[in-house]
Amino acid sequence: MNKYSERIYNGLWKENPIFVQMIGLCPTLAVTTSAINGIGMGLSSTVVLVAANIIIAALRHIIPDRVRLPAEIVVVASMVTIVDMLMEGFLPSLYDALGVYVPLIVVNCIILGRAEAFAMKNGVVESACDGIGMGLGFTFALFLLGGFRELLGAGSIFGITLSEAYTPATIFILAPGAFFVLAMLTALQNYLKAPKVKKTVEAAEPAAAVEAEGEGK
Amino acid sequence: MKELLVIAISSMLVSNVVLSQFLGICSFVGVSRKVETAAGMGGAVIFVIFIASVVANLFYQFILSPLGLDYLKTIVFILVIAALVQIVEMFLHKCMESLYNALGVFLPLITTNCAVLGVALNNVSYGYNFIESVTNGVATAFGYTIAIVLLASIRERLEGNDIPQSFQGSAIVLVTSGLMAIAFFGFSGLL
Repeated sequence: MNKYSERIYNGLWKENPIFVQMIGLCPTLAVTTSAINGIGMGLSSTVVLVAANIIIAALRHIIPDRVRLPAEIVVVASMVTIVDMLMEGFLPSLYDALGVYVPLIVVNCIILGRAEAFAMKNGVVESACDGIGMGLGFTFALFLLGGFRELLGAGSIFGITLSEAYTPATIFILAPGAFFVLAMLTALQNYLKAPKVKKTVEAAEPAAAVEAEGEGK
Repeated sequence: MKELLVIAISSMLVSNVVLSQFLGICSFVGVSRKVETAAGMGGAVIFVIFIASVVANLFYQFILSPLGLDYLKTIVFILVIAALVQIVEMFLHKCMESLYNALGVFLPLITTNCAVLGVALNNVSYGYNFIESVTNGVATAFGYTIAIVLLASIRERLEGNDIPQSFQGSAIVLVTSGLMAIAFFGFSGLL
């Protein structure tokens, strides 16, 4: 596996921003009322992430170290504004569904985090791959969450009703459902990770590790 | 006056910033271990959101809107908030040492708290005037404080409980938040 595909694998699975790092939760919970909204949000964040990573990586020798955070914020905010305007023009229905969460991509910890942790230190192509990987990992997580919520809460997937016999539990597309589904997915992930650690002594370790990472934000 | 009260109640309780709009989740989950730190964070957020909604509204009304630069609002607001947090931090450090020490690391963290930017953007998109914006800002911040202090109190109680292994850590916090969100639905009858 070369270093470029390794970056993508890293973001998609090994360091998945939502399930492993637990960052960028605000849009994750807010817009995943359906699978399509989740994918829309994920892809628009991916575009911002890749563009911001490329620009910051290209400028990394020019930006003085002391003002790097404001400079990064300006780059990210400009990209978000571009995406915001493009979306309003070409995808008005998705734009309405996502609402205030489109401009709020600016304060998504994932984007500033990758700019600071990766793009400021690495080359343009690598940073672009890192952005693609992290972005797709984010999109995948949002799709999963949105898919589950739509399936349970509306009985459909991508707007197609699966079975008339199922009475949807509307709570899952309302606010509490977001918390419950993410809690279940986190617990599932903790469960799947647990056997890898020696079962007896450090049984509580993975949960503690996830907790510590959550604490960071 | 009546409109202001409606705005205040709806953004404090009915559509609570954390539990129904999902803004500021990161710090909500992150710093809600102890009631004291949660209250500290809440205080800092109230303070910053209050100033941010005043300044953002003035910027929008007198600079962006007359010049037709609406589309720059995201960039301008985030810079204003970042600068503001920095100024507030320096001011407190010089003039109110005790408050500065109490807030500690939470102050710089607030820049990336989406609740602050969210309130500024919402104020514009709902077309609130100056007084309405400030009311909405302060009420939202109080809503945030209520939610985080409640969660912290619940988490302190959870400490001694026997939680299934997979649910330890953030999973149980998310379940708790979900139950709180259901409870907050009860307020929707208020309006």
